[in-house]
Amino acid sequence: MSAPALNAPKTARSGGRTNYEMWSWVFMRVSGIVLVFLVLGHLLIMNILDGGVQRINFAFVAGRWSSPFWQVWDLLQLWLAMIHGANGLRTIINDYSERDQTRFWLKAALLTATVFTIALGTLVIFTFDPNIS
Amino acid sequence: MWTWVAHRITGVAVFFFLLVHVLDTALVRVSPSAYDAVIATYKTPIVNLMEVGLVGAVLFHALNGIRIILVDFWSKGTRLQRQMTWTIVAIWLVLMVPGAYFMLIHTVENLFGSTS
Repeated sequence: MSAPALNAPKTARSGGRTNYEMWSWVFMRVSGIVLVFLVLGHLLIMNILDGGVQRINFAFVAGRWSSPFWQVWDLLQLWLAMIHGANGLRTIINDYSERDQTRFWLKAALLTATVFTIALGTLVIFTFDPNIS
Repeated sequence: MWTWVAHRITGVAVFFFLLVHVLDTALVRVSPSAYDAVIATYKTPIVNLMEVGLVGAVLFHALNGIRIILVDFWSKGTRLQRQMTWTIVAIWLVLMVPGAYFMLIHTVENLFGSTS
């Protein structure tokens, strides 16, 4: 009869994933500054200037996405806003969910929704067809 | 404290709107009429009013985010954080009043009649 194998004793964290939260903190600030310009610009154009939302329709979108400038704008905005928002929700889930299982499933749902939404949005921007009927 | 709470609430609200917004925009890949139909709901009075709330939430989150960055990185940030809170409230009001006017003018004219 041999003694059961024991896990190696836990050591103080060093290297590895310790930097993850630091990079998350940096990302929130860097993406936040970029998003201030992208999102407030988007809201100003879409909701306030020149009739705002009343003038938006398929032809309006087709006109905008005929320009690489707005395609890149929207793509960058999509990715940064989704990752910034998902990372914010991750923090909130960590703060408020008390059971490990709850935390796991909430994060699984968050990751699924985030990956799906980024993929869908990216696909739409890249495959947009102004002549679709 | 209340700015921290408001930052979380506005952040969560904007994130969930973003999920919906990517879905509704994805309808441009289905057909022009499907997209125009969903965008028509954005032009109704109630949703139009909710858009003002959305813009207000995003604007607060943006301004307060800048304040947080200044508290983190600016040497005077911590000392002036309370003054910065009132500054962002003032900027928010100054931008939201004309912003709400231009967002709602069409709806108000439609509901209550217009001379033009």
